[in-house]
Amino acid sequence: MTRILDVRGLSKGFEMHHLGAQMQAFSDISLTLDAGEFLLLKGRNGAGKSTLLRTLYRSYLAQSGQILFHSSHGVIDLARAADVDVTFLRRTEIGFVTQFLTARPRVSAEALVAEPLRLAGHGAADALEQARHWLAAFGVKQALWAAYPTTFSGGEQQKVNLARALILPQRLLMLDEPTASLDASARAALIDRLADLKAQGTAMIGVFHHPGDVAQLIDREIDLTPDAPQMEDRTDVVV
Amino acid sequence: MTVQQMDAPRLITTRPLLIAQGVSKSYGSVKALQDVSATVYPGEVLGIVGESGSGKSTFLRSLNLEETPDSGSYTLDLPDVQGNLFDLDRFARRMLCATKIGIVYQNPHLGLLMKHSSSGNVAERLLVAGERRFAVLREKAREALDASEFPLSRMDAPPVELSGGMQQRVQLAKAIALEPALLLLDEPTTGLDVSVQALVLDTLKRLQQERKITMVIVSHDLGVIRTLADRVMVMKGGRVVEAGLADQVFQDPQHAYTQQLVHAKL
Repeated sequence: MTRILDVRGLSKGFEMHHLGAQMQAFSDISLTLDAGEFLLLKGRNGAGKSTLLRTLYRSYLAQSGQILFHSSHGVIDLARAADVDVTFLRRTEIGFVTQFLTARPRVSAEALVAEPLRLAGHGAADALEQARHWLAAFGVKQALWAAYPTTFSGGEQQKVNLARALILPQRLLMLDEPTASLDASARAALIDRLADLKAQGTAMIGVFHHPGDVAQLIDREIDLTPDAPQMEDRTDVVV
Repeated sequence: MTVQQMDAPRLITTRPLLIAQGVSKSYGSVKALQDVSATVYPGEVLGIVGESGSGKSTFLRSLNLEETPDSGSYTLDLPDVQGNLFDLDRFARRMLCATKIGIVYQNPHLGLLMKHSSSGNVAERLLVAGERRFAVLREKAREALDASEFPLSRMDAPPVELSGGMQQRVQLAKAIALEPALLLLDEPTTGLDVSVQALVLDTLKRLQQERKITMVIVSHDLGVIRTLADRVMVMKGGRVVEAGLADQVFQDPQHAYTQQLVHAKL
């Protein structure tokens, strides 16, 4: 198996200056992730699941520990990597799917979905064609493709968000409750796309409010609840 | 603060376009800039935020060589551009700024001749760079205005007859007419109403994506910075208090002042 991620002794806390207090989110987390593997993060509310994902993505700064990402250019510790490298890797190898769309004023749904391909160097016509394909796959009505998603309902925005986040296959994909607020058909389309990406070798680590939604994709689980076993191999899932 | 993250492990060895190091400037007893350093890579957008008087605009004017700091260095990694740019004489500064650096000011009066035609304002930039053929001047001005989403039917109207949003587009067209290596933006949307702000932001975002223009943008509007910037530098009292990836600075601010700034956002 090709190793993608090797996290060693990772800790994160938040210093809240106005309270003069520090809040520890998680401590001493170690995990590994291989190409094509799907790792589920479990734990009670506040156990630090989303915080861990954001720390891996570098939206949060790690306090200590290493996040060794095996990129196509070599191994780099994302906890300490230069910002410019993190920006580059986010554009080319590391994806993050949340349940919220960051819509921009005056940018159509199809342009927003095509953007990651444009940034990766695809031609305008090809990017637009693929964007329309994925908007259709996630069930966004054709009449809305050229409209501005700022005015869409939460569910429609989420479909646009998924089309955008998953249009470009990545080496590593982080999933932060992407099934929340999705209808059944969009959820099925999401699971199809994730299975497809997984088969292509994308390594995935995710938090799901209803893990049953993605049961067939899960290879391993980690429970972040303090005092829970650090890692366990699932035996109830046939891989 | 030292040059940003020079000691961080590197994966892709792109060279920075811009390196400013240890820039300090005082006006009498007021220390406007204290040991400010910044690094910007090709195609990157650096956002600078901070309250009034934090030094952000002074720093931007220094990058446009309008200010001569008391100490510090500033280099651009471009062909035929060498050494500390703060050491250049007035003529060399003017040529460099006319050909390699574009700027958009908050106040259009600083960047435009208000009673000359809009196309003439853009062409003036090309004239300074040595272009003398009328047809070429006109065509290049038209292209730059079009790229800035300025309505071409009004290209001969003087800025004084235009709305604030239109004036900003003329400034932008002038700034990008020579395809500058570096585009500096000083509060480009401040004072514009919300719908016009969105138009200007959208144009900037498109230029950034399609032309890969390296930008440094100063704004007290965190929304503007969040929309445009890859990285953010937070200034207070003439110093850089924090710098990092835009989403990291906004989601996980480290410095007490940045936390206060982010939490104060509506």
